Amino acid sequence: MLSRILSEDFPRSKTLTALLLVIVVSLALGPFLFDGIRAFTTLGMICVFIMVVAAYDLMLGYTHIVSFAHTMFFGIGAYGVAMAVDGMGNSFGAVLVGIIGALAVSFVLSLLLGLLSLRVKAIFFALVTLAVAFAFLSLVTQLYNITGGEDGMRVRVPRELGPAFRPFENSLPGIDVPTLLKGLLTQPWNIGQVWQEATFEVRFNGRNVMYYVLVAMATGVFLFLLRLVNSPFGRVLQAIRENEFRAEALGYRTVVYRTAVVILSALVATLAGAGFALINRYVNPENTLNFELMVFILLMCVIGGMGTLYGAIVGSTLFILAQNYLQDLLGWVGQYTAGIPLVENLLGEDHWLLWFGVLFVLSVYFFPAGVVGQLRIWALQRRNRKSPPPSGPEAEPVAQT
Amino acid sequence: MAEPILKLSGVKADIDQYHILHGVDLVVPKGELTVLLGRNGAGKSTTLRTIMGLTTLTGGTVTYQGQDISRWPTPKIARAGIAFVPESMGIFGLLTVRENLVLAAVSGPMDEARLQWIFDLFPPLKKFWDKPAGTLSGGQKQMLAIARAVIEPRDLLLVDEPTKGLAPAIINDLADAFDQLKEQQVSILLVEQNFNFSRRLGQTVAVMNDGAVVHAGTMAELAENEELQQDLLGLGLGAHQ
Repeated sequence: MLSRILSEDFPRSKTLTALLLVIVVSLALGPFLFDGIRAFTTLGMICVFIMVVAAYDLMLGYTHIVSFAHTMFFGIGAYGVAMAVDGMGNSFGAVLVGIIGALAVSFVLSLLLGLLSLRVKAIFFALVTLAVAFAFLSLVTQLYNITGGEDGMRVRVPRELGPAFRPFENSLPGIDVPTLLKGLLTQPWNIGQVWQEATFEVRFNGRNVMYYVLVAMATGVFLFLLRLVNSPFGRVLQAIRENEFRAEALGYRTVVYRTAVVILSALVATLAGAGFALINRYVNPENTLNFELMVFILLMCVIGGMGTLYGAIVGSTLFILAQNYLQDLLGWVGQYTAGIPLVENLLGEDHWLLWFGVLFVLSVYFFPAGVVGQLRIWALQRRNRKSPPPSGPEAEPVAQT
Repeated sequence: MAEPILKLSGVKADIDQYHILHGVDLVVPKGELTVLLGRNGAGKSTTLRTIMGLTTLTGGTVTYQGQDISRWPTPKIARAGIAFVPESMGIFGLLTVRENLVLAAVSGPMDEARLQWIFDLFPPLKKFWDKPAGTLSGGQKQMLAIARAVIEPRDLLLVDEPTKGLAPAIINDLADAFDQLKEQQVSILLVEQNFNFSRRLGQTVAVMNDGAVVHAGTMAELAENEELQQDLLGLGLGAHQ
């Protein structure tokens, strides 16, 4: 059963399995485990970016296509919904029209880009996508009467997805895990009080509904992509990644496969963009189309581990957590280092980006294959140490004549 | 001589600004093994790549089973029944042996009987079935490369220097495999430097020099005529053996 759901592509490392379980359970029960609007937003962003990064990994990790237009498709999805709701009112019909319209626009644009990859290869293709993405960004900024320009647009979501909607009469129980852990660490003798402090009431509203729609979308998209990369189609992609000429010489029209991947990845990014607009309820060029965001997606993919798909889950979770909570961590450390010259300055909350960079360099140094890739390598090495293979391919005796 | 399965007339090809092939005329008879000999840089590999459409042809025609395939895209040529084993072997190293073969079976699931035949020819492939192909040794990779070309019945095999850097025992295994393919009436065009290997297998032979075929005939004729060997290949006194 599980093997069918995961298309027989298991995490293949105990540490990774544990890490994934923690992430998946946290996302699935998120609103009941983490109190506060900030935690809620972070959870939502993780779900959105799991989709975006998984789709990007399909291109980058499985097919070695470097594209910088991924945020453009993300933005098309977000603006599609925002503009449709703006023009047609906050109904589900409008949301649907927005999503379908955005998917259609993305399809056409990605088809053109995919066909372009027939003529323009590797770094040149990447540069073309960059140019297209920048053109799109400036277009959105210029057309302020329909896109809101730099100011962006508020997204008036349907009532059922907004804070005013209450599907349940009573509030539900929640337990704030960070408070609980902190309490257990600092005053373990006082369990009763710690427990009391950690419990909170979840007033389940439309935003939670939207969150669970996102969780369902992310799950569906991830499992679909996992199935895809483990299908005959996915094998051809990996063959293209390793040696495109060879794949052609075996009889595969690689341009068809490449174009299909570019389109598919664009459509998933569009869908994720629509989800982003509905949970964030505000879109502007900076949070959907910015080049910085593109670099972040690339980093999430690399940190997680390219060509693993599971890397999308790990990468986006670690990255978004760092992005949102590194400042807090620095602030917390800062209270102990206050007064020490230089150190005080270096550990200031304003310098979080510096530490973010340091973390990235360290992660690339210690996890050259990404977190997922490296964990798998370590697991394999451990297995081989425990029971060395009877005769590795290299150990095959060669009869001499 | 049997009717030709492949015919090159006046084939020219460039790599960047260099003219590599200056009008290659070559006939590969159906059901025979043709050896393409020649010094390094004579244009043997480029000839194979040009037949496959991997190097753009700038003049002349390639006719395969009566059809002009000169301008066909590579995948179409492959699906028409020509398999290519390049010198680099082009193994997908991160994929398993199984996945490499599954990919090569382009028209559907692998045929069990044929797979068994391949396992009999190359037992290591069975042994390392689920191992990444990148971990195979050089000889095993060559076995996989050839297995990949014959996992489905093909009419013509283009094989580029299969014996390069291999131990004698493995070269013998490869020769046996080619013998069996010959029995199955598969036409083969083999680029080779190893004259002993070529002499054992080849029925027809063509010798290239400086981007053109300078001699074509039967292998028996060339094998007997040492003067001709000396003249064409610089072989003599058992060199290259």
